[in-house]
Order: sequence, then structure tokens, then C-alpha cells
Amino acid sequence: MHRIEPPAASIYDEMLGADLSVRPHYDEFLRWLNQQSADTLAQRRQEAELLFHRVGITFAVYGDNPDAERLIPFDTIPRILPAGEWRTLEAGLRQRVTALNAFLHDIYHEGHILKAGLIPAEQVLANAQYQTAMRGVNLPHGIYSHISGVDVIRHNDGQYYVLEDNLRVPSGVSYMLENRKMMMRLFPELFARHAVAPVEHYPSLLLDTLRHATHADNPTVVVLTPGHFNSAYFEHAFLAQQMGVELVEGRDLFVRNERVYMRTTAGHKQVDVIYRRVDDVFLDPLAFRPDSMLGVPGLLAAYRAGNVVLANAIGTGVADDKSIYPYVPDMVRFYLSEEPLLNNVPTWQCRNPSELSHVLAHLDELVVKEVHGAGGYGMLIGPKASRAEIDDFRARLIADPANYIAQPTLALSTCPTFVEEGIAPRHIDLRPFVLAGKDVKIVPGGLARVALQRGSLVVNSSQGGGTKDAWVLEA
Amino acid sequence: MMLSRTADHLYWMSRYLERAENLARLLDVSFSLALLPQSQNGARAEISAPLVITEMLDEYNRRHDELTPEKLLHFVALDRSNPASIVSCIRQARENAHAVRGKITAEMWENINATWIEARDYATRGIDNVGAFFDWVKERSHLFRGVTYGTILRGDAYSFIRLGTFIERADNTARLLDVKAHLLQVEASASDYYAWSALLKALSAYEAYLEIYRDAVTARQVTEMLILSPRLPRSLRACLEAICKILAQIEGDNGRLAQRDAAALLAQLKFASVDEIVADGLHDYLSQRLIDINGLGDRIYQAYLKAA
Repeated sequence: MHRIEPPAASIYDEMLGADLSVRPHYDEFLRWLNQQSADTLAQRRQEAELLFHRVGITFAVYGDNPDAERLIPFDTIPRILPAGEWRTLEAGLRQRVTALNAFLHDIYHEGHILKAGLIPAEQVLANAQYQTAMRGVNLPHGIYSHISGVDVIRHNDGQYYVLEDNLRVPSGVSYMLENRKMMMRLFPELFARHAVAPVEHYPSLLLDTLRHATHADNPTVVVLTPGHFNSAYFEHAFLAQQMGVELVEGRDLFVRNERVYMRTTAGHKQVDVIYRRVDDVFLDPLAFRPDSMLGVPGLLAAYRAGNVVLANAIGTGVADDKSIYPYVPDMVRFYLSEEPLLNNVPTWQCRNPSELSHVLAHLDELVVKEVHGAGGYGMLIGPKASRAEIDDFRARLIADPANYIAQPTLALSTCPTFVEEGIAPRHIDLRPFVLAGKDVKIVPGGLARVALQRGSLVVNSSQGGGTKDAWVLEA
Repeated sequence: MMLSRTADHLYWMSRYLERAENLARLLDVSFSLALLPQSQNGARAEISAPLVITEMLDEYNRRHDELTPEKLLHFVALDRSNPASIVSCIRQARENAHAVRGKITAEMWENINATWIEARDYATRGIDNVGAFFDWVKERSHLFRGVTYGTILRGDAYSFIRLGTFIERADNTARLLDVKAHLLQVEASASDYYAWSALLKALSAYEAYLEIYRDAVTARQVTEMLILSPRLPRSLRACLEAICKILAQIEGDNGRLAQRDAAALLAQLKFASVDEIVADGLHDYLSQRLIDINGLGDRIYQAYLKAA
């Protein structure tokens, strides 16, 4: 028997109930775990690390020397989801992404939701992420966010909550796939003992989604990367290879007569769909940042003319912005006439004076986030913050309230994880990847991220987080 | 058909690895010859040969005020600040592979990445056994060629990888032979015998020589074999035959000029005789071939690899 440190009181643990009994969907795993010696398990963990290094599944850390490639720590205890829970999550995600796409189409066309007064128009139209260049542009099938990475957590009430919708260039799916491959390589017997829903077909679903994103027959699809110094380059190369399409950089493409071509060894070839892993502002130096070396001059004009499709569309950032987040349940009701299946975290918008004063009075209890922040940067976690940090944030809030939102500090659920001291509970989240094409498709599971520091709630890899394989058990 | 930039990375990946291998071969021959009893000046010439051939001499002199085997070995093999060192070549080969890792097989990538990780360790740790280090470099290069041959789809990617190998190899063989060109001018001596044998061994051509000529090692025959033999895989002619075949297989019709130049160069090698070459001066002959090979490389760049 391995000793597993019990979860903290008032925290939901994915494996152990409040009375420390094992949740049924972890029964078999725990039985297996207890048959393994500590030495074997340590050996397997080492093997995993070695393999990840050899395969080069690393990410570059900005600012370090260029040779420094770090591994994202991988934990061998999976996050397991029972089939029933996944069905609910899946339905909720499908509903949410459908509504977000409808919202994006609406705000770049008639703006019904703004006219209905559900969302203050200036909060959308004056948002830095709102791209006026997209007004009136008709996209095939009206899809804006073809690939969404929705971050979901479980609170201590046992319920799932959406933390944020990532609709720009969400990353991490390659880790989901590599983690599964690693688990199957290290512990094949585990997969004989569990009916784990497969995730390996994600690249072929992605290719279907991208091919469906255009009206062109037999379209040429490419993946656009900023290049091999980008921290997510591994993923770009991985997905291009798995889909069997070209991985291009901006300099491989050019625009002529509002059509996009790539330079090949046999001459020029027209490109119909670009799965771009480059932010909006770097896409076209003629339209956005003139100093961008990553983009393609004239790309926006070709896009607006309908001669090329970008996935995701330009201007999706306005819908995953933290200041718009509180309205997503309203979008579900407005566009789909349905009740939202997934919970939103209650959010105070500091732009409103009454909400600001509530936030200022409760800074030591709340999480405060920058509206455009991402990656776990620029946020305050009240209960964990020092006096000085709170005072610093108070000053920032008063100086620029519209730049912040606040939420209650959620008690992210924990999952037992291998750490220095043994097996101990660590906070986790889940990022399922939602593909919007002919219909909405989601491979069961997602990327499970884990905060490796005791008590930490920040799971981002840039902040020392790790990952786990996520299993959806087929009933 | 593939992206020009992808073809460029594949081509340079194999060029750099081939260059690393040939540098190891070159150092190997210099170090073994420097150990022979000979004059101070002779040993010095042997030791400095790798710097002369690879045009690194000025760079070396900028950093070091004396020429010692230890300093030279470090500079040519391990110095990461020297962009032409073996370790730097391996790094560049690996970086080119990294940029197109989706276009090579997982086995190829893991192989070249592992080579780089070990090379980095060598650079930190230093070399304690010179011979073992040279063998290691050659072995890693052999392995990579083997894993490429055994795993990659036959198509343009494979063509550009092989093109890089043979252009680099033709260039390197010509340079290696050129170092010994001056020996043809003077009366043969006992130490010359060692010099030509060492050159053959460095090019893994010693056994081939014995099989073809069944004779003592002579300058004339070594020259003939390394330039004109169609059967020796590192000879100029064998490299050009490979290049012509590969160029004919690449999709599209951008490569007309490259094919024409390669065919002209191959015809030159097919119909040349060693007596003419020796009579006209080996050094001049090789210098002209180096210019031809370089020009061919430029044609290939213009036809396929240029991204702009």
C-alpha cells in the first residue's frame, strides 16, 4: 500500500471522498497502484522524463538562453472522469462554443445582442480585441472559433465551472496526445484494465474541421507558425505532421491578386485554409503591426475577399476577454433559447463603481485578474497574497478599474500527484478542446494541468505547473 | 513538391552532419600523422592542415597565439563559439532538423537530437580519448544516414537530404585530397606513403584501394580513385553520379540549369584521365572542381531552396 496524503478539508478531491473512501471510478486504478512497488513507479517516472527529453517535447522559456528547453513536468497518476460527468461536460461545452460563435457573428454584423441591451455596446465595440476590419465580413458557415480550449475546474461544491474560454490560439493539445501515448507506453496493462475513451483521432478531427471551414473543393490546408523559437513550436510541427499538411512561416507565403500562395520546390501553390498559430496583430504587417516579421503582407485583404480562411478568425479575442466572460450565460439564453449547462464563476466588473467598492473591501478574499491577462500573469490571489501585494493591487484597481475583474477564490479540486514527499493532493484543472466544423466535436478528456506547489492554484506551465493524462471512462 | 524553406532545412541538415563527419575524418588523419617521427615543421604542417582546408586559420589565430594539438582539437572539435567546429555543425544540423521535425521521421529526429545532447556533453566535459571521439562522430553520422535510409518516405524530402550529403561530400573529398596535392610534385619518400595511406583510411577507402589496385599505395592511384572511381562512395565521380540521379527525380521543372551543370561536371569526371590531371597540376584541377561544386550548390539554391 502506498501512503496517499489525505486532501485538505473543504476541498473536493477527484480520488478520495470527504470520508477518505475511494471514489468508484478510481477503484481499479488504486488497486493496480498498490500492486506496484515504489521502485517500479519511480523507474517509470524516470523513463517518462527521459523519453520526453529524447523526443524533444519541450518548450522554450522566454528570456532564458536559447539552448534552455524545459520539460513540462508530467505526472503519472491520471485525472479520471466517469462517463456520466463527461456527457454533461461535453453537452455544456458544445452549447457554450455554439453560443460564442453566434455572438461573434452577431457583433461583427447586426449586433442584435447589443441592441437588446444585454451587453453594454461600448464594452464590445470599444474593446481592444474588437477588430473593426471584421465588420460585415461573411465567413463560411459563420464559424469564428474553429478551435476552442475551454478551461474548466471543479469547485468544492462538486460542480464544474468554466474559468475561461480560449478562442484565439489555444495550445496544449499536443501534450494531451503525448501524455496519452506516454501512459500507454509506460503502463500498457492499465489500459487493459480500464475502458479509456481514445483521444488519438484528434488530428484527423482537426483536419476535417479545417477542410470544412472553406467552400473550396479539395482545399489546401497549412499550419502557420511564428517559427521554431516559439514556445509552442513543438505543437505546431506535431499537428502539421499528424494532419499531413505543410507547416509554414510567414515568409513561405505571399499574396498576389488577393490570393495566398506558398513557395514550393515546384513553384507556387494556392492556400485555402490557414490554421494560424500567430496572434491577430502579427498576421499582416500592412493591416496590423508594421514591424511584424511573422505575418504575410496583404493577408487581411485576401481574407476579407473570401479567398482564404483563417482558423481561428481574426477578432475572436473579444469573446474570450474577461470583461465579456460574465455575459456568456446570457449569450446561451439569447442565441440558443436554452439554459446554460455549465456554470460561470460569479464575476465583479470593477468598471462599475458599486462592484469596485465591493472588490476593494474584500481584496483579501478575491482573485483579481487583468481583463486582457493570460497565462497566470498579472493576477492577485487575495488569500495567498501579502499585505504589500494587496496594497499594490488596490492602487492599480483605483487607477484603472476597467482593466480588472474579480472573482471569489475558487477551491480548485485536487488529484493525488507524485511529489517529492510521496503522493499528495495537488490542485488541477482541465482544458478540453472543442472543434467547431460541420458539427461540434470534442475528443473525450482534454489537457489536465496540475499545480505542483503545495496549495498553489496556478496550473499554468509558465508558472511551474505540470500535466496529467485525462481519462474519460467509457461506461 | 514541398515548401522551399523545408527543402532548404533538410538540405542543410544533412550538409552540416556530413561536414561534421568529414571534419572528424580530417582531424583523425592529422592527428595520426602528427604522431609520426618527423621534423618540427612537418608536424606543425600536419596539425595546421585542418585549419587551412576549412579556412579557419585566421579565426584560430585571432583567438590563440600558439598552435598546439590540444588547442587546435578544442577549437576545431568542441569550441561552440567557433561556428565551424564539429559541435557547432552538429548544433546547426539539429536546428535545421528541429525546424522541419514534422517532415522527418520520429526516429530521425530522436537520433539527431540525441547526437546533439551528447555533443553538448562533450563540449562541456572535454575529450579524453581523441580516437574514440572521432569514431563517435562518424558513428552518429552513419546512424543518422541509416535511420534516414530505413525510415523516410521516398520523395522530395529524401531527395533534398541526399543532395545535401553529396554536395558536401564532393566538396570535402576535394579539399582533403588538395592538402596532399603538393606531395605529387616531389620525389616520393617513405613518409609520403604514410600520408597517402592515412588519407585513404580517413576516407574509409583503404580496403577499397587494396581491392581495386592490389598494389602498394601510390599517389597517382590514390588520386585516380578519389576523383574518378565510380565505385568508391566518397569519390568525386560517385558523388556527382548520385547528384545527377537525385536531381532528375525532383518534382517540377525548376531544376533545368542545376541538372545541366551537374551533367557537365559528371561528364568532365567520366572522361578525365589521371595522367592529364597530374600533368596539369592536381591543385589547379581540384581548385576548379571546388568552384564547379560551389556553383552547382548555388544553382540548386536558386532552383529550389530560395524562399524569396
